[in-house]
Amino acid sequence: MTSAPVERSGFSWRRMSALCLKETRQIVRDPSSLLIAIVLPVVLLLIFGFGISLDTNRLKIAVVLEDDGAEAVRLASMAAGSPYIDPVFAVTRDEIAPLLKQGKVRGAIIIPQDFTTQVLEGRGAAQLQVLTDGSEPNTANFVASYAQGLFKGWLAARADANGVSAAEPISIEPRYWFNPTTVSRNYLIPGSISVVMTIIGALLTSLVIAREWERGTMEALLATPVSRTELLLSKSLPYYLLALVAMLICVLIAVFLMKVPFRGSIWLLLLSTSLFLGSALGMGLLLSTVTRNQFTAAQSALNAAFLPASLLSGLIFEISSMPAIVQAITWLVPARYFVKILQTLFQAGDVASVLLPNLLFLLLSALFWLGLTAWKTRRRLDG
Amino acid sequence: MAERVMWNRIVALIIKELRQLLSSRRNVMVLLTPLILQLAIFPFATTLEVKNATLAILNEDEGAPAIELIQRLSYASAFSQVISLHDEDEQRQVIDRQAALLSIRVPPDFSRKVLAGEPVALQALIDGRRSNAAQIAFSYIQQVTADFSREYGAQPPASLVVRNLYNPNLDYIWFVLPCLVAIIATVGCLLVTALSLAREREEGTFDQLLVTPLTPAYIMLGKSVPGILVSMTQGAIIALAAVFVYGVPFVGSIWLLALATFAYALSLCGVGLLISAISSSQQQAFLGVFCYMVPSVVLSGYLAPVENMPTFLRGVSEANPLTHFIIISKGIFLKGYGLTEAGPALLALLGISVVTMILAHTVFWRQTKT
Repeated sequence: MTSAPVERSGFSWRRMSALCLKETRQIVRDPSSLLIAIVLPVVLLLIFGFGISLDTNRLKIAVVLEDDGAEAVRLASMAAGSPYIDPVFAVTRDEIAPLLKQGKVRGAIIIPQDFTTQVLEGRGAAQLQVLTDGSEPNTANFVASYAQGLFKGWLAARADANGVSAAEPISIEPRYWFNPTTVSRNYLIPGSISVVMTIIGALLTSLVIAREWERGTMEALLATPVSRTELLLSKSLPYYLLALVAMLICVLIAVFLMKVPFRGSIWLLLLSTSLFLGSALGMGLLLSTVTRNQFTAAQSALNAAFLPASLLSGLIFEISSMPAIVQAITWLVPARYFVKILQTLFQAGDVASVLLPNLLFLLLSALFWLGLTAWKTRRRLDG
Repeated sequence: MAERVMWNRIVALIIKELRQLLSSRRNVMVLLTPLILQLAIFPFATTLEVKNATLAILNEDEGAPAIELIQRLSYASAFSQVISLHDEDEQRQVIDRQAALLSIRVPPDFSRKVLAGEPVALQALIDGRRSNAAQIAFSYIQQVTADFSREYGAQPPASLVVRNLYNPNLDYIWFVLPCLVAIIATVGCLLVTALSLAREREEGTFDQLLVTPLTPAYIMLGKSVPGILVSMTQGAIIALAAVFVYGVPFVGSIWLLALATFAYALSLCGVGLLISAISSSQQQAFLGVFCYMVPSVVLSGYLAPVENMPTFLRGVSEANPLTHFIIISKGIFLKGYGLTEAGPALLALLGISVVTMILAHTVFWRQTKT
């Protein structure tokens, strides 16, 4: 052996696989990383699947019968039979005010005293009043539309009883594509997989490497002949594999437990996941290299990766409804493209016109984050 | 006398903890930057309203009623863009490519039937991949066609009037900011308390702390105070911004909100210290915080109403302090809650605090014995 100083730039498979092995052992030994990689995805998916249901089913709505005429009774019995309304009957408005204030009911349908009389007079003066709890705007919308449905049903039933055609002059027939029963789980579950990938890719890696800096083991590693490429690869490959395992678990839960259809190709799923993990791992590595402190790295990973992935990705909240500036920011969030790809692969299949542009953006974003990391790491090593 | 000495020691410990927390500019930045970022982005991003959506229309009728209906649909506030289609193939494609959220087809005999007073049906194709937004947008469309229908049809015998209490225009920001007070107070407090013991353990100063005359209960107290202060400060900043920057009404009592924030922070400290006590490193503590926080936010009624959840998760949501604090915060901001209305939720918060504190103390106390 020559005594020449060890070449830094040379790439050695042996060195890298040794480092990977060390990293993998570290992952397997620490129960918390396994918790994050296996238990958390399961819990998260279950919670997202069952906890976030935007399909409001039966809502508690008060029905105030100030009138006891025939039409009021007809309305009340229809409310009692409605699959959407869980009625709480009352006789005066005063009874329901505290219920509304305390959130015990989400709204109230008030049938005023002279309702039946005015309906029979037929001058169109009769008014059915609906109160909603505006402190929950989304639910308030549903209360209003359920009341609307009840009202329409009542109009039809009345027309029927009077022997008139009940058909509305103009009606509109909705047909929901891809998700005919409009189960929100079918689009929330695929999207939430991107959150799981972000947690493993960005959050876990940022913590692990920040710890190496904090404990000084990074300096020790840098003193060895390890090259920059080897170092970065050995830090990311084990987490990449860990994330793929989590992905597999997620897909299995989604398809077999949650009955979410998967209509696309597995290979495209693998490709898009890999590209997305490129961004996520890059971000995690970058944050830990820059901060070198676990507390700061964790906080910044939370704010730079996790929150955008869950709030600015179109997973729950529509991007197109956001103001222009926030929309512009979402272009920088890799999860935005990944969520779109996941939703398409699961529910629609291989729709090239949706998948190709999003894959391209994922690729660019992965190159950007990994490139920035490589550049920053070099500066750190030299400096 | 001994009591006084003990008291001085605790004060000293609290001062030390606060100094450590505020020691570096970076720590302060880490606590403040996310706050400001979240305050600037959250209220706008987290909306379930539908705006700027695209509507596609396939019109096969040239009559005046059809043209008028289409004009009215285009002016609906949810849609900023309207695409005209030429055939059914195109209609299918816009939905496939997600170029439009929904598309409406007006059949060739629409105007004739409307003018003749015969019933006529429009077709709507809706992208079920985004079912919530699509359902909301579809309800706007239904509103427009119902109004239109009323003008052409016979006068109905009664009408329906909807009034929204507490938030007349159903402004989503009025809902988000009171929730945000609760959510942001969560992150800061949990991180500060959960990482504190874990850091001492990782840096080896934990043993030093144990040999002091302070008992576990006092150490816990010293570790809790900074967390509570962080929570209350962050909560206050968001509440002020909600009222003065975002114009959210505040009809309840400030003192009640302060009391509720305190009770909530106390329950968080219990959780934080418990996580801290069972973790052997900062990494584990942080991941523990994360494993607590995400389900806590998801099951709090902020992202989706609690009543939509299955019974089991509703039970979990009952045990979640965030659920109760959001109820109080929203109630104080929008509904003018007094002590009577906030009472049950406040008691629940205190109950949860007691349970988590006792648990944390038990675990911690056991560790000091070994």
